[in-house]
Amino acid sequence: MRRLVTDTLIIAERNLVRLPRAPELLIGYTIQPIMFVLLFRYVFGGAISTPGYSYVDFLIPGIIVQNTAFGGFATALGLNEDVSKGLIDRFRSLPMSRAAVLGGRTLADVATNSLSITILLLTGVIIGFSFSTSFLHAAAGVGLLLLFGYSFSWFLAFIGLLVSSPESVNSVGFIVVFPLTFISSAFVPVASMPDGLRQFAEVNPFTIIVDALRHLWLGAPAGNSVWGAVVWSLVIVGVFAPLAVNRYRRAAGR
Amino acid sequence: MRVPAAGSLGALPSAAPQAARRRPRCSVDPMESAFAPPEAASEYAIEVSGVAKHFGDVSALDGVDLLAPQGQVLGLLGPNGAGKTTLVRVLATLLKPDAGSARVLGLDVQRDAARLRERIGLAGQYAAVDENLTGLENLTMVGRLYGARRATAKARGRELLERFELSDAADRPTKTYSGGMRRRLDLAAALVAKPPVLFLDEPTTGLDPRSRLSLWAVIEDLVAEGTTALLTTQYLDEADRLADTIAVIDHGRLIAEGTSDQLKDRLGGERLEVRLDDGANPDVAVRALSPMSDESPAAMDGLVKVSVRSRRGAIVEAVRRLSEAGVGVDDLALRRPTLDDVFLALTGHAAEEPSDENPSPDEPVDDERSSERADRSGQMGEPERAR
Repeated sequence: MRRLVTDTLIIAERNLVRLPRAPELLIGYTIQPIMFVLLFRYVFGGAISTPGYSYVDFLIPGIIVQNTAFGGFATALGLNEDVSKGLIDRFRSLPMSRAAVLGGRTLADVATNSLSITILLLTGVIIGFSFSTSFLHAAAGVGLLLLFGYSFSWFLAFIGLLVSSPESVNSVGFIVVFPLTFISSAFVPVASMPDGLRQFAEVNPFTIIVDALRHLWLGAPAGNSVWGAVVWSLVIVGVFAPLAVNRYRRAAGR
Repeated sequence: MRVPAAGSLGALPSAAPQAARRRPRCSVDPMESAFAPPEAASEYAIEVSGVAKHFGDVSALDGVDLLAPQGQVLGLLGPNGAGKTTLVRVLATLLKPDAGSARVLGLDVQRDAARLRERIGLAGQYAAVDENLTGLENLTMVGRLYGARRATAKARGRELLERFELSDAADRPTKTYSGGMRRRLDLAAALVAKPPVLFLDEPTTGLDPRSRLSLWAVIEDLVAEGTTALLTTQYLDEADRLADTIAVIDHGRLIAEGTSDQLKDRLGGERLEVRLDDGANPDVAVRALSPMSDESPAAMDGLVKVSVRSRRGAIVEAVRRLSEAGVGVDDLALRRPTLDDVFLALTGHAAEEPSDENPSPDEPVDDERSSERADRSGQMGEPERAR
């Protein structure tokens, strides 16, 4: 167990040390999310009606959730590269904890997600977003967001080990994660969607986490969304962490 | 497939004439100790018995038995797809065999995998280093994952970088390293914990000749210090220089085992290659040269190949015979057997290179490698030329 913790921290450090050396990664975590916030706020914002909220207040929780989900792609792409470059073979031949390579990756995502969330919240505040709840609620929202991002990283860790190339990882992003995040309450009110889509959006975990954030940041009605988001996060980790670790054990480098 | 039964060339006892060439070795019949009681296990660093591994319909390993004495280099020679990498992966606890058992330092690769990992080092064909970390960071990370403290791991990393002449590049991200530097760093990473057993999977494939020579020197030093190594290679000259014993593997089966000299002796000695002048009659050349060989010489595209009985005087005799017959000679060379010759003799088929085992779309030194493959026979043959 001590081994798991130290090894996880070593691997997390490895994944964070590289950040400042890879400007394209840093841009992915900073400039790109800001760009999307500005596009949605100023291009689509005027055309989307969000009763009870200004669009910028409505948008920020939604877009931060989407951005956090995509943060896990660093894990999927990184693991995929580790497999194809043979680094996984090196790790698997070492007397280290078997779960640490994945645990370190997903933990590093928490750090980069924190960076992205900070930048997005700052951007939001600059363009007019404001918290309507207590500091404690707002902080709980950030915590929930990080928990959800962490669990989603485990899903993406599994995907990264499952598919054969970085291109496939990216197509999973486009085919699975884009629809999941868009067919939710992240960018438009669910009530505005046509039948079929609306029912899907209502049960979509992304809707639940976005609604939970709107409750914690804006004081929107909570329903079961906060507990729902916690449960979803735990379920995703509970399912995909064992699947990913099992996949890692059998992962063949070249 | 015409594969001679394993051992038909003599699964040669390790007490061979070549022994004297390097260091003392024990004389044990390998066949005997495959079933030896556990207390005898210490005799061999690596014991493989009946290991088989299938990937779908493809049989990567088809019942391999192998023994490597402590403190020696066992060369595993074979073309791509022969099963070399699969065997290394089984021994390095990365892959479960379908059948058979393997022990390294007396530890079972499956049951005792966790303990075994503390005592082995793996350096692969693909330099497994993190490109975004510096050389020192890579080695420090590996050291810490072996359980060392940061300062200790860092000191060990510096020591290894010094030894592998990478000190100047210690603080540069490894993506700026050349292919040879990466390979040296990869080998350094395998040595971080001073493992008594090393697995070197094609350590020089894709390297330029200079990097290859420096890597060879490093490996020789290691073995001189008592490390046991299993070295896989496609190059006969590499096995020749580094390995005490060579096991030839093809299609997942061991087809011969012995010292380098013993293997070459099986091949019928030296090859004389004569390139004829334009317009010279190859039939006349073949007739002129055939008394020098037990087999009839082969002629193709103006190149006549003769398997000569004796190296001594062969070139002079060939020149004399050809000039008496009035055949113009452009070039004449006497060369030692190549890997292709070994394979031809042992299996009846050439050492073709199916690329199924190790596709490498993003291998950074691809261009070096392909050019090297092109002139591989030249490198291995070390032709002795006469004009």
